[in-house]
Amino acid sequence: MTDSIIDAQGLTKRFTVKKKAVEAVTDLTFEVARGELVAFLGPNGAGKSTSLRMLTTLIPPTSGTARVVGFDILRRPADVRARIGYVGQLTSGSFAQRVRDELLSQGTFYGMSKDASRRRADELIESLDLASFAMRSVQQLSGGQKRRLDVALGLMHAPPLLFLDEPSTGLDPQSRANLWQHILDLRAQHGTTVFLTTHYLEEADRYAERVMVMDQGRVIADDTAARLKANLAGDVLTLGFASAEEAGRAVAVVQSLTDREVRREGEASVSVTAPDGDALLPSAVRALDAAGIVVRRATGVPPTLDDVFLALTGRTLREADEGGATPADEPTDQVADDKVGANR
Amino acid sequence: MSSTTDHPAAQANPARDTWHVLTRELKPVLRDPFTLIFSLVQPLVFLGLFAPLLIGQSGVPAGETLQWFVPGVLVMIVLFGTGATGSNLQYEMMTGSHERTLVAPLSRSSLLVGRALKEIAPIIAQSLLIVAIAMPFGFRADPIGLVVGLALLAVFGVGLGALSYTLALATKDREWLFWGVQQTLIFPLMILSGMLLPLDVAPGWMRAVAAVNPLNWVVQAERALLAGELGSMVVLWGWVAALALACVGLWAGVRAIRRSS
Repeated sequence: MTDSIIDAQGLTKRFTVKKKAVEAVTDLTFEVARGELVAFLGPNGAGKSTSLRMLTTLIPPTSGTARVVGFDILRRPADVRARIGYVGQLTSGSFAQRVRDELLSQGTFYGMSKDASRRRADELIESLDLASFAMRSVQQLSGGQKRRLDVALGLMHAPPLLFLDEPSTGLDPQSRANLWQHILDLRAQHGTTVFLTTHYLEEADRYAERVMVMDQGRVIADDTAARLKANLAGDVLTLGFASAEEAGRAVAVVQSLTDREVRREGEASVSVTAPDGDALLPSAVRALDAAGIVVRRATGVPPTLDDVFLALTGRTLREADEGGATPADEPTDQVADDKVGANR
Repeated sequence: MSSTTDHPAAQANPARDTWHVLTRELKPVLRDPFTLIFSLVQPLVFLGLFAPLLIGQSGVPAGETLQWFVPGVLVMIVLFGTGATGSNLQYEMMTGSHERTLVAPLSRSSLLVGRALKEIAPIIAQSLLIVAIAMPFGFRADPIGLVVGLALLAVFGVGLGALSYTLALATKDREWLFWGVQQTLIFPLMILSGMLLPLDVAPGWMRAVAAVNPLNWVVQAERALLAGELGSMVVLWGWVAALALACVGLWAGVRAIRRSS
């Protein structure tokens, strides 16, 4: 018996899009321990939202199942719902409603007493900085204000597990940093497990303790950001020389120091991607000096998760976002084959 | 499992959930009652611009014509206002707040029934306003008949509202489809209800279609009720039509929301 708060077993989701079966998520199997901060990272259409929607009981899986907060998503959806918070991609508050009213309604939806709802709403208004617009209707709020309300709504019932679907999309850097501060504070104070999707590399890199890289419906890597980068990418070293001839000779010298492939880069440069780049760089410069080749320029660039994604899939996240997006992740009006609604 | 043994099973309570959904839906109406005036535009236009024509055409005194016309306008409030209420749900499906309520531990049926029941509040407020506006022009309503008439409108409105929500769920984020269907239905239903002009002079086929239009039965019942003819047979048929529509609407709506994801 493990203490996992999410235990997904073979979750698979197929949609029918224009009479063609599209597998949005394939055989998703993983566990998340209590208190973890996990990010699903991947391009648009990778299946991140579909996975989240299955885990939050919004759509039933085509096959496989999961236990979330101890309950089966198919057999006990109401018990799952009572114990999770969910911040979707869109706006959680109804545009016609006032901010504070929505928080109070949300409290009653989760069985909280009026008093408890009021206390909790005021607490969240304070901590998420909603006071200046608490009596305004949602449609009057800015994007950042709406997003803070979304998070407040997701936290009304103090869930032990919070799902966030692309929480910072559309926010300016300042609002994004603020939002993250709130999420991190929340974890520090209450030990809340946070599970989010993002296609922002820096976000996953900086905040998530564990990154699950998703592409075309599958999790293709699952580790800490640091280990993913060390194992799958590495620092990119680039050395510049005075002539193409020198660069040509340099390739063999640098190659003798590493088992990674040394490439010619442009006219008079060579580059290599290696996990121990910071140590390789000075030794390469010394070895080239000894061989009578003068290094004119040297740069070492630490890897990003984009390099990890590139190493795993052969394309960058940006390329995947532009070209690889399948309609499967946003099955708007095409879910007709899933007649088994996620009802209780 | 070790972490879950202390959690009791969630207690499903559709009645309580419906109440919570209903009170949430009422909040914007209470916060800003003037929004009720905007959805009254069409009935007010018909009252202000059509009733005078009717009075001139019929040659009978204004009060008498209004006695015939105003009950139809009350049904029109339901047709235009409540019939369009699905667009609110559709909007919330598009903006995201409907999804948030689907993740909450609310019974699925309460999400629809609570919304449909909320329609009663604007119907009653708007009907009383129309009656008050018509009174200075000679319209008179039997007090008991008015109370029963409002109850009849409420039941009819819950049914029509539920059907409007069903349409919203069926058309999902295709707003044009919702309005297309809604606008296509609304005018034939209105004309074939005898709301604007008597159907006595209509050709036989029109009267045959009108006979199965529940709106027609509700209009006739309203006329009888506001005139104080509480024991009239048309009142009974009006109730049968309204209750049947409410049952069909709620059944279809609950089914639609259970199937939607």
